[in-house]
Amino acid sequence: MLGNLKGLLVTLQTMFRKPVTVQYPKEHLPVASRYMGFPVLMWDKQLEEPFCTGCMVCVRNCPTQCMSAVMKDNPHHAEGKSPRRKIVESFSINLGRCILCGMCVDVCNFDAIEMSHQHELSKYGRNDNRVNLEKLLEAGKKYQEESGSVEAAP
Amino acid sequence: MVESRSEAPLDMVQMMVNMGPQHPSTHGVFRMVLGIDGERVVSVDPHIGYLHRGSEKLCEGELYTQIVTLFDRMDYLSNFNNELAFCMAVEKLMALQVPERAEYIRVIMCELNRIASHLMFFGTMGLDTGAITPVLYAFRDRERVQSLFEAVSGARMMHNYIRVGGVKEDLPEDFRQRMAKLMPQLKQGIEEGDRLLSFSEIFLARNKGIGVIDGKTAISYGMSGPALRASGVPMDVRKDEPYSVYNRFDFGIPIGEKGDCWDRYYVRIEEMRQSLRIVEQAMAQMPDGPISTPVRGVLRPPRGEAYARAENPRGEIGVYLVSDGSDKPYRVKVRPPSFCNLVALKYLLRDCYVADCVVILGSLDVVLGEVDR
Ligand code: SF4
Ligand code: SF4
Repeated sequence: MLGNLKGLLVTLQTMFRKPVTVQYPKEHLPVASRYMGFPVLMWDKQLEEPFCTGCMVCVRNCPTQCMSAVMKDNPHHAEGKSPRRKIVESFSINLGRCILCGMCVDVCNFDAIEMSHQHELSKYGRNDNRVNLEKLLEAGKKYQEESGSVEAAP
Repeated sequence: MVESRSEAPLDMVQMMVNMGPQHPSTHGVFRMVLGIDGERVVSVDPHIGYLHRGSEKLCEGELYTQIVTLFDRMDYLSNFNNELAFCMAVEKLMALQVPERAEYIRVIMCELNRIASHLMFFGTMGLDTGAITPVLYAFRDRERVQSLFEAVSGARMMHNYIRVGGVKEDLPEDFRQRMAKLMPQLKQGIEEGDRLLSFSEIFLARNKGIGVIDGKTAISYGMSGPALRASGVPMDVRKDEPYSVYNRFDFGIPIGEKGDCWDRYYVRIEEMRQSLRIVEQAMAQMPDGPISTPVRGVLRPPRGEAYARAENPRGEIGVYLVSDGSDKPYRVKVRPPSFCNLVALKYLLRDCYVADCVVILGSLDVVLGEVDR
């Protein structure tokens, strides 16, 4: 009898609890602030150019060789607007190959690349997971806004 | 004609049954070709290699820092423990001193990982014997540990957190509060699970006296970890050859009596309790300070070789590392606990019933990612 009542009490408690289930595609669970999603490139708001100089350090340190970068002379530097002599011309990451290890973030000397909170990989097109510089910067700006991340000094 | 047929003795034909590689209870992709005579297993032919990714060979082409990510993916249920074993091997080779705080962080993470891994075992062991509920409870608690890992390392499973010379980042600020909340929950969860499954009559009937192996035979097969301790051999690398800071904690090594499936199960339940004790002590003793030894430039360990061993949730993992002085290792050899435990399968499966195969394999708790590498 007592056991039954105890069991009933547990049932009652669970009945008035909020549901644990999250309706996934509509709702998302919050991710931890350190969460490592896909890498994105950061945007220097003061100088209106990316932090990335295309130095290829991250490319060489990526365990899966999923990224590539090309460097060029910075036109802003020639005009005297920026202290960066070199800047990235093109950059691409194959997100389908990235293992989210965070190695690129660790090795970058310019804090130009960050792990975003973006973690959903399904896309409509076959090659939509190959992202180029524009897409990476766009995602980076979005991430900077969302996280309110502190601007790194160039 | 009819008469002679009834007089001739019946031919006994062994039937071959293919279990796996896509069998849900082989815990991965493992194939056993069972020769059965009625209900009894008379021969077993295990096939491995379905998950072979060539990790050891891949290691030879990667920088030392990158190899940590490969070790994450070997035993995908105890990632921290694997990372630790590799990092210890490199540190041994380079004679690096790891800061105190980093050692404590490593121990806490590894022990929590052990609990998460054993919880997974507890759940699947229930499933293997036909109990569906335990896995739900186990996953509830594992999820809590996993979200703590996410807050600490940034990833739920593939952490890449333990680095050569220390750890990647310090613990988050709210770590103590989170642990204060998590510990009672885990404690309660383990007790709940224990009450739910361990002494259930059906579970006992399915496990007691099944797959018995005695200590001596287990050692001769090279078993280690809980599977060996269940046979009454108190062998644990954490005690025998303490690495990291394990010699500073007071914890017991649970051993079994008979070495049957139930002992292998219960040793793990007890081990979770001991792990909680270790975590508690480590949290109390953890000093402040730096979290990693700075290593300049690319890691280039001196020419030589090193062997590091650590206690994984599944047994003893050994990493043998040969360096030729360059930035990539010359050879990395892993002694995988799951593989060595799996070797005893043929012995364990002798003369058992077909239905017990699943339980015996489950009680060894193998992770095929590590068996095949
Ligand atoms: S992200 Fe950093 S490391 Fe990679 S190319 Fe740009 S500046 Fe260099
Ligand atoms: S997170 Fe790792 S795999 Fe992905 S791009 Fe960076 S270094 Fe490469």
